[in-house]
Amino acid sequence: MSTRTLRGAAAIVGVTDASSPTGELDTRGRVLEAAMIKAALDDAGLTLADVDGICYSGVATGIAEYLDLHPRYVEGTFVGGSSFEVHVEHAAAAIATGLCEVVVGVYASTPRQDRRLGASVPSFGPMGPDVGAEWEAPYGPRMPMTSYALAASRHMAQFGTTSEQLAQIAVDTRRWAALNPRARHQDPIMVDDVLASPTTVSPLHQLDCCLVTDGAGAYVLTSAERARDLARPPVYVLGAGTGLDHWVISQMPDLTVTPGAISGPAAFAHAGITPDDVDVLMGYDSFTITALLHLEDLGFCAKGEGGAFVEDGKLGPGGALPMNTNGGGLSYTHPGQYGMFLLVEAARQLRGECGPRQVQGAEIAVAHGCGGVLSATGTIVLGTEATL
Amino acid sequence: MTTRREPTASDESIAFWDATRSQRFVLPWCTDCDIAIWYPRLVCPQCRGTAVEWRDASGAATVHAYSIHWKPGNGRVEDDGPYVVALVDLAEGARMMTNIVGCPVDAVTVGMPVHLEWEPLSDGRHLPVFRPA
Repeated sequence: MSTRTLRGAAAIVGVTDASSPTGELDTRGRVLEAAMIKAALDDAGLTLADVDGICYSGVATGIAEYLDLHPRYVEGTFVGGSSFEVHVEHAAAAIATGLCEVVVGVYASTPRQDRRLGASVPSFGPMGPDVGAEWEAPYGPRMPMTSYALAASRHMAQFGTTSEQLAQIAVDTRRWAALNPRARHQDPIMVDDVLASPTTVSPLHQLDCCLVTDGAGAYVLTSAERARDLARPPVYVLGAGTGLDHWVISQMPDLTVTPGAISGPAAFAHAGITPDDVDVLMGYDSFTITALLHLEDLGFCAKGEGGAFVEDGKLGPGGALPMNTNGGGLSYTHPGQYGMFLLVEAARQLRGECGPRQVQGAEIAVAHGCGGVLSATGTIVLGTEATL
Repeated sequence: MTTRREPTASDESIAFWDATRSQRFVLPWCTDCDIAIWYPRLVCPQCRGTAVEWRDASGAATVHAYSIHWKPGNGRVEDDGPYVVALVDLAEGARMMTNIVGCPVDAVTVGMPVHLEWEPLSDGRHLPVFRPA
């Protein structure tokens, strides 16, 4: 290692813990977690308004939603009891590189209370209310589809977006898939085909929805110094951003704005680029509405104008903004957590390895992942040697 | 009664579900911020204080977004026919998921005024759903 940028870059400034000689605390779950977070911040002389990063040994979106936190850094590594030390390592690196400034890590577990109260409160999970099971599942949603259908419903009502405009995204993505011999679906489709495909939850049609396929991928990341000596042309990380603002759809602050509106501009600023500089956009397309929201939130067009923006086919081969050149989650593959494939295709495009679907002269690519139900986003700006 | 997956309950929502046994619609309020909180929690998501109390709510709401479910989701059955899953904005300011009932599925629109209706659950609790006002 050539540098030690971690050394002295971050410091622990507040701590708290709770325990009792009885072996039992008098609160548990989210209430206890919230109390710990507040006490540690009090100790530091800070407030929740200062917090822009969270570490949690599990699904961090739950506690963030509960406290209405919108962190730009989230660390959810789970490796058992040592998770917290691993979190500090990662959070210190994040602070050192300016990804965030104030990170709070929290842990609460009450096995004795849980065991004692368990019989009387049968459905209570170990870490707080099961929000989806309690406040959404009784209404019979088809998750995750319903969440995206609701976002599409709202976007249509608020901005006049049409099913035809959403369908154009599926059509252009399929045009890319036709150039990828490993794509699940390669036959061309038209807007009318999308509109004629069955609707299980309106306003989405089957061809507005991603595939369910097997799939796998991996990547290797190393220092720029080592990268230059290796077999392939390096694909550099130029910028990164994270956004997180809810876990279940009924808690989404605005159904038409994803946390990509946080992570995208942050990543672009980090990289020193604007949307005009992007040669290839890999934007998570779990549904056509997902991709449309990314275009607006990342700043390729104004909020509400995504429908008109995509209408002319500019996302397809030969278009002004090549998007999802592998054929996307809509036509290439989608095994569940599709973000891996965004990174792989972006790297291949920047290495010039994409054959008939290669975007000529591609120097900057963006991999924009979107997880949960429009819940959390991660934006990575990648570039060739020439962009450094 | 519609076939459905019945809701769980937690420490933070027992008061809500108990009130539904007598068909009372209550919302948790932060008395410091003077806002309704949804979903029920014992910590205010705005000020993160714990001055939370339960207040009766009007049952008036507006459709914020909706989706017609032509095929049933988990817990629902085909025989129930198509139904509407919606997010509604309560008059008190909170937003919740629900079903819109009591009208043809294609009569629902964004912005439509709706009102609370109770659907009985198997354990004596009631589930809030909404119908056109």
